[in-house]
Amino acid sequence: MTNNIHPREITPERDYLSRRDFLKSIGIVSASAAVLAACAEITPPLPTEAAPDSESASGAAGGAEMDQLGAQTTDYEDVTNYNNFYEFTTDKQKVAKVAQGLNKSAWEISVGGLVENPKKYTITEMNQFGVEEHIHRMRCVEGWSMVIPWLGFPLNRLLADTKPTPEAKYVRFETLYDPNLFPGQSDYPWYQWPYIEGLRMDEAMHDLALISTGLYGKDLLPQNGAPIRLVVPWKYGFKSIKSIVKIDLVAEMPVSLWMAAAPNEYGFYANVNPHVDHPRWSQATERRVGEFSRRDTLMFNGYDEQVAHLYQDMDLKSNF
Amino acid sequence: MKNKTLGFQPLQTLTHLAALTPLGLMVLDFATQNYGPEPINEFTLRTGKAALVILLLSLACSPIGRVFNYKKLLRLRRPLGLYSFLYASIHFAIFIGVDYFFNFNLIKDALLTKRYAIVGLTTGLILLILAITSTRGWQRRLKANWKRLHRLAYVAGILAVVHFIWLVKPGVSQPWFFAIILTALLLMRIKGFDRWIKSRMSKTPPLQAG
Repeated sequence: MTNNIHPREITPERDYLSRRDFLKSIGIVSASAAVLAACAEITPPLPTEAAPDSESASGAAGGAEMDQLGAQTTDYEDVTNYNNFYEFTTDKQKVAKVAQGLNKSAWEISVGGLVENPKKYTITEMNQFGVEEHIHRMRCVEGWSMVIPWLGFPLNRLLADTKPTPEAKYVRFETLYDPNLFPGQSDYPWYQWPYIEGLRMDEAMHDLALISTGLYGKDLLPQNGAPIRLVVPWKYGFKSIKSIVKIDLVAEMPVSLWMAAAPNEYGFYANVNPHVDHPRWSQATERRVGEFSRRDTLMFNGYDEQVAHLYQDMDLKSNF
Repeated sequence: MKNKTLGFQPLQTLTHLAALTPLGLMVLDFATQNYGPEPINEFTLRTGKAALVILLLSLACSPIGRVFNYKKLLRLRRPLGLYSFLYASIHFAIFIGVDYFFNFNLIKDALLTKRYAIVGLTTGLILLILAITSTRGWQRRLKANWKRLHRLAYVAGILAVVHFIWLVKPGVSQPWFFAIILTALLLMRIKGFDRWIKSRMSKTPPLQAG
């Protein structure tokens, strides 16, 4: 239930070599589970079970990889079949069915606003920033959580490429607006589409803020925000905007879709915080998908060592 | 509907079968592990929805029975009310014993400070009181007050819908669907409103025919 792990025990992200990266580096990533199991003794820190091969359906069902707190990754089946993506439907278990294929090759993301180098990137061009595996917890504001092995790179690499000007104080993200692809954008007209999210500049520059193009070693599926999305592991899941087409550097704090929908319930920061409840329900505990018991929710989702300094002099109750 | 072969017994039997169907499906889905990634949430939602739907059906008996002049529906109110209480009890038991696993600190916090839980508990208590006093004995003992007491079923309906609304993110539409149905049922309770519908209904066909 509790996670009394001393900060000293947490391996810093940069020192953390994921199992898969290690395996990749020695060139056996596509080997069978049995072979991986045989290799297990030389890749610390290690789980006891055999590593699943991401190619096989049941193998992708996780169980062998862990986040930096030692929690096992959530089953691939669950990660890809339990999704909050209101552009498709508000029914988490139906998103995967409703989700249509996206034209990944034609996808473009424009990065602009207060930058010296406004640019458009294709998904292939995004690969120049690296594709690494980052295993992170994701805590939904509704009270459930997952551990997901993302593929991607720190957002700060993309931002550095476009050179934000000193006036840039926030980053504003925008999801594709296309009611043909996203039926929710016409079925739920009371939301202010397209989906908007934002980060403060120092949050966006943090190494833990990722741009992701895949999970479990594969390309993102539409229900997970294909072809490209944000991952901000210390904030509630809704901050990690999906299917991004536009990133703008701006001077004013962006108003997100959820801030517009219910300003008293969803704030700009949305940091995971067990001490600040949602106005209608508790945030003290969560259930990890696939587990029976609730577990205590951790401050900043367990990343407080890395990110607490960003909010040093802030009242987190009013800046929720 | 004056046909004697469509008498009381088949309707009663059908009601029992229909009201037990959600439970049967849940048992089946539990046994075959067909419950998705979040089974506790899944069964909490399904028992809650079954309780709400059946409660609304029991509330619909008298207005619909009156409009269609089909008094036999009135006798379904008690079994439907009891089934709603059954599902609400399972719903509550899952919340206490499975979801929060008897963690009384968390349960106390919810029941004292979270309005969805306060309203949900109140709904459950009303259904409990109505279930206890649903017998003929209590009907006799309470006399005229029995009818007044059992109007609380409408309050339970309102609170159940509010409970649902307070548990979803703003803009999720499903609970509002129930709110609309409940509003219609409440409107039909307004004196004269049902008579007005009835007169409209008896007038409409000739008008269309002419």
